[in-house]
Amino acid sequence: MPTIIRDTRFTKLKKHPVQQVGLVLLLLGFAVLIGMLSLGNYKLTPSIVEQSVADSAHQAVLKSYLEPLYDKPIDSDWALSGVLDEAFENANEQLGDKPIDDYWGRTYKTYLIKYSTVGLPAERPLLLFWLSIGLGILGGLLYIFPKLQLLPGIKNNHIFHSATTNRGWVGWLLGSFLILFYILLYFFPYYITTWMLICDPLAYWLKGSGATEWFFYGLLYTLAILVMGVRMMIKYRHSKYHKLRTGSVMFFQLAFAFLIPEFLVALNKPYYDLKNIWPLNYDLFFEYKIEEFLSSGTLGMFMLIWGIALVVLGVPLMTYFYGKRWYCSWVCGCGGLAETLGDPYRQLSDKSLKAWKVERWMVHSVLVLAVVMTAAVLITFFTGKSSLLGISSYDLRYWYGFGIGSIFAGVVGTGFYPLMGNRVWCRYGCPLAAYIGIVQRFKSRFRITTNGGQCISCGNCSTYCEMGIDVRFYAQRGQNVVRASCVGCGVCASVCPRGVLKLEDRGDGKARFGEVKF
Amino acid sequence: MRLMKHVVIIGNGIAGITAARHIRKGSDYRITVISGESDHFYSRTALMYLYMGQMEYHHLKPYEDWFWPKNRIELVKDWVEKVEVEQQQLILRNGEPIPYDELIIAAGSRWRRGGWPGEGAKSVHGLYGLQDLEAIEASTAGIEKAVVVGGGLIGVELAEMLHSRGIPVSLLVREKGYWASVLPPEEATLVGEHLKKHHIDLRFNTSLEEVQQDAAGRVQAIVTGDGEKIACQFLGITIGVEPNIAFLQGSGIETDKGVLVDEYFRTSVRGVYAIGDCVQYRKPPPGRKPVEQVWYTGREHGLLAAKNICGKPAAYKPGPWFNSAKFFDVEYQVYGDVPARLPEGWDWFYWQHPRKDQALRLVWEQESGKFRGVNLLGIRYRQEVCEQWIISGTKIEEVVTQLHQANFDPEFHNKYEEEIKTAFTEQTGRTVHGRKKRWWVFG
Repeated sequence: MPTIIRDTRFTKLKKHPVQQVGLVLLLLGFAVLIGMLSLGNYKLTPSIVEQSVADSAHQAVLKSYLEPLYDKPIDSDWALSGVLDEAFENANEQLGDKPIDDYWGRTYKTYLIKYSTVGLPAERPLLLFWLSIGLGILGGLLYIFPKLQLLPGIKNNHIFHSATTNRGWVGWLLGSFLILFYILLYFFPYYITTWMLICDPLAYWLKGSGATEWFFYGLLYTLAILVMGVRMMIKYRHSKYHKLRTGSVMFFQLAFAFLIPEFLVALNKPYYDLKNIWPLNYDLFFEYKIEEFLSSGTLGMFMLIWGIALVVLGVPLMTYFYGKRWYCSWVCGCGGLAETLGDPYRQLSDKSLKAWKVERWMVHSVLVLAVVMTAAVLITFFTGKSSLLGISSYDLRYWYGFGIGSIFAGVVGTGFYPLMGNRVWCRYGCPLAAYIGIVQRFKSRFRITTNGGQCISCGNCSTYCEMGIDVRFYAQRGQNVVRASCVGCGVCASVCPRGVLKLEDRGDGKARFGEVKF
Repeated sequence: MRLMKHVVIIGNGIAGITAARHIRKGSDYRITVISGESDHFYSRTALMYLYMGQMEYHHLKPYEDWFWPKNRIELVKDWVEKVEVEQQQLILRNGEPIPYDELIIAAGSRWRRGGWPGEGAKSVHGLYGLQDLEAIEASTAGIEKAVVVGGGLIGVELAEMLHSRGIPVSLLVREKGYWASVLPPEEATLVGEHLKKHHIDLRFNTSLEEVQQDAAGRVQAIVTGDGEKIACQFLGITIGVEPNIAFLQGSGIETDKGVLVDEYFRTSVRGVYAIGDCVQYRKPPPGRKPVEQVWYTGREHGLLAAKNICGKPAAYKPGPWFNSAKFFDVEYQVYGDVPARLPEGWDWFYWQHPRKDQALRLVWEQESGKFRGVNLLGIRYRQEVCEQWIISGTKIEEVVTQLHQANFDPEFHNKYEEEIKTAFTEQTGRTVHGRKKRWWVFG
């Protein structure tokens, strides 16, 4: 390993004044967002309990235990949460065979804490919204726009000199924050009720009811894709391919993932993200979903058939003609976040052969797991038998939802962006990616083609492949690249300084690997 | 039992490593690769990206470190001081002598100096290997101004590197246009203008006269041929490379500018081959120069040397010339013969985008209409298609008619083949056919 001496002064290349302002506003918005979590005071009332505890048996018992707390100020959600836990425990002793389980406990607590909030977050939610999320958007855009001054073309200078994009202290801090955020979101939503409160005005305006943690998350997710999508548009503005695919994921996130499902709920129809395909959308065939579809008339029936048709026809056909990219880097929400928010971290993916081996085992195991879990759930639905080979189908789906849906897709998948690259979930965990990948590998016209002997083995393509494909390995031999994992983002072709790579979907079976020249 | 033949390769660049890999594929010989530059094969083409923070050193290595023991390719990190062909052994700077049965010299090149007064100063560097990059890294720390002399490909790379660190660069070019010995005037102008847009202080018709040093022996300023003095703390010399063959002096292996080889890469000494940058052809292949210092020729040499050593001799018969480069944001490709000045009996056509940095030049033989080559700036073409046109002597009208088949630009990018056809007809009076537009979701 050679010692490359590094001059640290250049990393202090001056930022544009507008960028500096943007950075300050972004950090300020972030600080307000974090700070507001400790702003609230809490006061329980009988009507709040009635509003929050849906089950009447639970409500009756709980009321007796919560009564001493009514109208007494409590100064933190931690304290209130402790008191509520105690009340739930006491109530459960009385409730016997229909206790307040983990799920209901979490839900009740979230509502009880949210609605009992008094003080600034409850009185001035919009002010706090603009001071946190609003400032964040403004700051982000101000940081991004001055990059228009750079001439169009690939600029990846100093990415590996930066503490943000090369696992430096900023990267670790960011990663830790994201991981913590996902843990709160999935397992302790009652500590982030202030964030739901500030989104209430928007939620009421959009769908006529208050914001849950998922509304807040959906909003943040969509804003991240939109703001960072603008960054993509500017960074890759020399390439129509990147502008179009970025525009596409921005559109699908905003319309299909965020707005349409909320409108459906407002119209009292089933919540449905029409572009989310099983098995990524792993609860599509859960009994409560199927029952919801079946009880929603023609629209519900359409949704169910649409969901099945996408899996059976949509995926194979689209993948045959256009490769995996039609979904993973043009439509998918996970892909959308990876391609926008995650783009600054694409170079951190592991390209070793070992990583590839791990990847294939893991992603295909998750696919098998998803199929087994869904099969068990469907068998239970149709036959009423609650176990498959001695394993309870309820346990199976609980553990799938916990292990894959929450930990893998959220905590690891996004939390590890700044540490392991932007496609951790897509590469190692997404069962749909595994399914589409099999079609792409064996039955697709799509491939990355290599331009003769022009490759100089510089390695830009491999370095900037978010899926950890060693593109150079193929390119320097004059081989076409056909890999199950390739999401067709097209960045390898963009960073190539010699015009060697091109995404094409004109291949036939014979040209799978191209002619090996070297 | 007879011991396995021992093939020793001097140099772990693209030529030497390609040879090693293919000898392993074709035989069970013992293989040793010696390099003093680096532990493992790395792509020197990406040195600039290392400096610019676009990549890290491990990204530069096309093979992971386990690759070498797994394929039984022994690596020795040392410099070869001397080749003793009588004893069939190599004398190393630090280690024990290494005996060989067959030897491949793939020692590459080194950057050329200009012989200017004062050029021995500290912080005067060329850019060829890892050690050069380390020296540049150290010498450019916190400096105010840099000068690069030499208007070729490496000159622009070095200018771009320095530019990425916010160091103002003056690029001195002896000719009247950028890379004017290779690029026709219009292309040279386009690239020159592009460099200026990136704030490179490009000085044509400017030679270097003298390097001035401060008391510590560092560069303080340079003086140009016009007597202008430019204060700077770093001078990059990028006027070309020369075969790295000093260590072969007195070995009995015949050399001129490079190690002299025949079309099988055999040197004047039996059992000794030479490939890559350090080679000079005794009989250059048609249309090629005697010394070719290009990445892909090194790769081709390595493949053929391996075949020869493995008993399947094949002579070097390269296809049509091609090359590529990138000048900041403008990509350049050439297929076939596109000289800087139009030869007698040839004709050419040039098209340039009215606003963008995109251009194309087609060259053909006037009389026969045979297509000879194409220059491309900011447009990517398929090598396979262009090569086929050249090899089969396709008529220029036919080439222009089929032009879209060569386009290798990313999907959805604006394509200008129809505009080019129209302009071609207008300028040359030759008729070509249009093409119906097809509609695909992906280009």
